[in-house]
Amino acid sequence: MWRDLLGRFLAARWGRPRVERAGLFPRRARAGRPKIDVHDVGHHFARVVALHDVNVKIHAGEFVCLLGPSGCGKTTLLYALAGHIQPSGGRVSIDGVEVKGPAPDRLLVFQEPALFPWLTVRQNIVYPLRARGLTRREAADRASAFIPLVQLEGFDDALPHQLSGGMRQRVQLARALAVDPAVLLMDEPFGALDAQTRSAMHQLLQQIWLRDRKTVVFVTHDVREALVLGDRVVVMAARPGRVLHDLDVRLPRPRDPDEPKLVELSRWIRAELRRTEAAAAQDEAEEPPRTEDGDARVGEGRSAPRGWPPDVGAPL
Amino acid sequence: MKGAALLAGGLLTWELLSRLGPWPRWLFPGPAAVASSLVAMGADGRLGAAVLRSLGRLAQGYSLSVAIGVPLGVATARSALVRTAVRPVVLGMQALPSICWLPLAILWFGLSEAAILFVVVMGSLLAVAIGTEDAVSSVDPILLRAAGTLGIRGPRFYYGVLLPGALPGVLTGLKLGWSFAWRALMAGELLFVAGGLGQLLQAGRELLDAAQVMGVMVAIVAIGMTVDRVLFRVLELRVRRRWGLVEAAAA
Repeated sequence: MWRDLLGRFLAARWGRPRVERAGLFPRRARAGRPKIDVHDVGHHFARVVALHDVNVKIHAGEFVCLLGPSGCGKTTLLYALAGHIQPSGGRVSIDGVEVKGPAPDRLLVFQEPALFPWLTVRQNIVYPLRARGLTRREAADRASAFIPLVQLEGFDDALPHQLSGGMRQRVQLARALAVDPAVLLMDEPFGALDAQTRSAMHQLLQQIWLRDRKTVVFVTHDVREALVLGDRVVVMAARPGRVLHDLDVRLPRPRDPDEPKLVELSRWIRAELRRTEAAAAQDEAEEPPRTEDGDARVGEGRSAPRGWPPDVGAPL
Repeated sequence: MKGAALLAGGLLTWELLSRLGPWPRWLFPGPAAVASSLVAMGADGRLGAAVLRSLGRLAQGYSLSVAIGVPLGVATARSALVRTAVRPVVLGMQALPSICWLPLAILWFGLSEAAILFVVVMGSLLAVAIGTEDAVSSVDPILLRAAGTLGIRGPRFYYGVLLPGALPGVLTGLKLGWSFAWRALMAGELLFVAGGLGQLLQAGRELLDAAQVMGVMVAIVAIGMTVDRVLFRVLELRVRRRWGLVEAAAA
């Protein structure tokens, strides 16, 4: 027991070396032009700083997980990549071109299924393909290929409201994969699935990624999910939203969430997040909380959230 | 069963009132007289011709106001510029009873079919436009985001995402617009005699035939209810069911 405690203490204190042995490495800069370049991005909602000077470079073919507690701005960052929000500071560029709005080279998969309720499962997949200029035939072929892939054979003609939440989310995944974008942006897409479907979706996503090597940015608050999927995990912290660690995950694929190594790594990351949170709480206790414009009315009592709306990071 | 009994009771009271009341019977005919007048009008073709004429006008006027009102509603919902320009006018004109357009319509179009159509269009256009605007601006924003990220834009966005997304609400506007059109048409036909059910009503007055007046009123109510309760209800129910807005149990 003492040994374990000492180990944890050491891991928390000098986490890096120990963790390196286990499969996580600090991110090493890569040569060449990144596919996605997030440069000094900051964003605030009203008085709340959602992102503060975030720098992330993502290369083509990387599977990057943005990991962090709620309110750390991971979803905001993802929406900025998708072009659904314009960050208030800094620059987001893809292939050297500044992101100014949604574009066909990237696709956002939402937390909610976001299906068109009046279209059947098949039509939901076919319609965007037709809008992207595929012929009727090609679109139908792709729909037929991707519906079984997400285990929805026989539900072609079902309407979204006739399906369970998990099934709807799988339809969304099939729709996104069928569109075949260069960059796939995913906003906690499996958060609402049951454990079993979820791990099936993890397997599927890994398979597809290993095959096509798409650039994937995957937002999650689940440490294990991040470690199973990502070959790079960007750990973010809240207040203000910032990058805490940028780590390469070097574990053999396909990964099993119960692998001891992976479990150990997730424990380390969780400890790291807790430590940051505790440090932030301590700071907060020492100096009166301040919001961006110096208004110190909020924060009577330490436990009061500092005027932090619960939906920070949620779409505008 | 209960409903039928109550209806029969009501009709009986009406008949008794007409026969035993202190008023002259020819001014307050009972249901039997009204029914026989309806049958007579049906038999000599006057009723059928009037119904056809009125419904024909309604169809033209209503289609016109849908064709203008739906795009107008979409434009006001989607464009801030159109909204600031058109909205006050639309809301202001809503306060104007549609029949008030008749004098102007007669000045502009003369005593013609076009004048009546104009009144019908002015009566229902705004209701359709406002209903559409409401429906379009309350489409789930996630669907619009999804369409954006999936690259659905242009006409495909309007016909494939925005309008279907707004359809349940648009139908409510269409229904309201329909009932306004029907009212405007009847008012127009009453004032400006040119065939149709309104004129038949007017003719009944001129002939001192209260049974005919009541008979035509019954016909007007029947047509209004049929379209409203049958056509629109069925349409609405179907759309709501497909869109998943009603529970399977209710369906």
